[in-house]
Amino acid sequence: MNHVAINKKQNAMVVKQAGPLALIQDAGRFGVGHLGVTQGGAADWISFRWANWLLGNALNSAALEIVMGGGLSFETESEVRLALTGADLDAQLDGKPLAPNTSFKLMPGQCLVFRQPRQGLRAYLAFPGGLNAPEVLGSRACTAREQLGGLHEDGKPLKVGNRLTWKGTASAVRRIAEGQGPQMPASNCRLPIVLGSQIAAFSGRSLFQAFNQPWTVDNRADRMGVRLTGPALHGSLTGIISEGIPLGAVQVPPDGQPIVLMNDRQTIGGYPRLGALTPIACATLAQCLPGTKVWLTPICASQAQRQYRNQLASWD
Amino acid sequence: MNPISERRVETAAMDALMVRLFDTIDEANMAWVIAADQALRGAFGAALIDLVPSYTTLLVHYDCQQMNHAEALGLINKALSGLEPADTQAGELHDIPVWYDESVGPELPLVAKRAGLSVDELIQQHCNHDYCVFALGFAPGYGFMGLVDEAIATPRLKTPRRKVAAGSVGIADRQTAIYPLLSPGGWNILGRTNVPLFEYAKRGEPLFRPGDKVRFRAISRAEFEADGGDTTPMEERP
Repeated sequence: MNHVAINKKQNAMVVKQAGPLALIQDAGRFGVGHLGVTQGGAADWISFRWANWLLGNALNSAALEIVMGGGLSFETESEVRLALTGADLDAQLDGKPLAPNTSFKLMPGQCLVFRQPRQGLRAYLAFPGGLNAPEVLGSRACTAREQLGGLHEDGKPLKVGNRLTWKGTASAVRRIAEGQGPQMPASNCRLPIVLGSQIAAFSGRSLFQAFNQPWTVDNRADRMGVRLTGPALHGSLTGIISEGIPLGAVQVPPDGQPIVLMNDRQTIGGYPRLGALTPIACATLAQCLPGTKVWLTPICASQAQRQYRNQLASWD
Repeated sequence: MNPISERRVETAAMDALMVRLFDTIDEANMAWVIAADQALRGAFGAALIDLVPSYTTLLVHYDCQQMNHAEALGLINKALSGLEPADTQAGELHDIPVWYDESVGPELPLVAKRAGLSVDELIQQHCNHDYCVFALGFAPGYGFMGLVDEAIATPRLKTPRRKVAAGSVGIADRQTAIYPLLSPGGWNILGRTNVPLFEYAKRGEPLFRPGDKVRFRAISRAEFEADGGDTTPMEERP
């Protein structure tokens, strides 16, 4: 375990009020699925990368994933340049609205507050050089269920009094060009899905319904999985022998309502699947508020990979 | 005939393929799953992002910046052709001391009653077998083991507990397992061990690996306490 020395005297940004959920995240834990350890990492990895890009950070530097806002507020002990991307959580600096997808300076005495979602669900706040936090199994990602990562290696979200410190100074002050940058999903957005796994076991009628009508994002949604509601899907299988679960897997438990398995999913599971959303679709879904209508739209693996590589190229 | 010649490789995600070797759970499969795990790790090298073996399958998550789906499929087929089963005798045998007691294993009476056994007979039955580790999953270091004797096989609780204490030893159907850390769960809990599975997993060195064998050994409360075991009773009843 790589313990980062956190100098108590180092100037920090301090949590004055805790919202419902703010977690330290990076790209996630990889190469540990065989240990039963989940991937974790920023759910909207595209907004997360843009936040680091704005400061010239390595793109997987640890940042904050802020869900909902809900009054989460900070003060800083020294001037710091931060970058904010992703959801519009009605963030304000001393009562003045902050433009999304930009970097800004926070000065001592100022108060940064995240109020409530106006568009999207998860905002990302990046720090110069990335946040300091101990690395566990190659990542600083915070996974509550597994009690891994975070400030105190217990997977806990931010709470009042937590002191956040960062690694350096912003190596760049970048701007996102017009029309680029993260897009928050609109209603009836498309979620590309690569078909596979047990798809052949679903009935013809269920397959028609799966891809030809909108699904509603349920309020039973978290970093582990997002439930979609609509017509019940059925097939010849109710359970399978547990097998590895990729990011975005769309599993259908016996009630017929699909669950999209996200970053903090269990590593193996036993429900039949239609396939898996692409990583880009997972980032989109991570920003969908309950009630949003979404369409599952099939895509082939090679086209999905092309889109993925194009997305990665936007930060080159 | 080579038992994995009927294997199938299916698309699981944009950058993941499922290697399906078998269709049923069997201890004899493990030699092949372990061999395939080693062969695939070797074949993919740095292009492997994650490899998750389970009872009958291996999920291969590859780096699609280094290869495409067809190339990954070709690599898998090449790695698995001519595969020889691993030496299952090479797996470790783990001796796991367990304090079986109703205070920390609230389903002891229920499972015993279903099986028509006394609690002592149930404990003896649970300890009387070297269980095979089939897969790791659910939580860091959590090993799915089996198969428990048909007589004591018990379905999951109708309502899962919100909190199952770390070290809890449970049964679900014909499987048995240890909860590495405090988590929700629906298995029938029989006792508690002080073996720090989570700490091993956190270091990236899981105590149990697929193909290992696990033997439970009943210990007294005094022995459990002397080992530093936490005797706090299970809080919630299902």
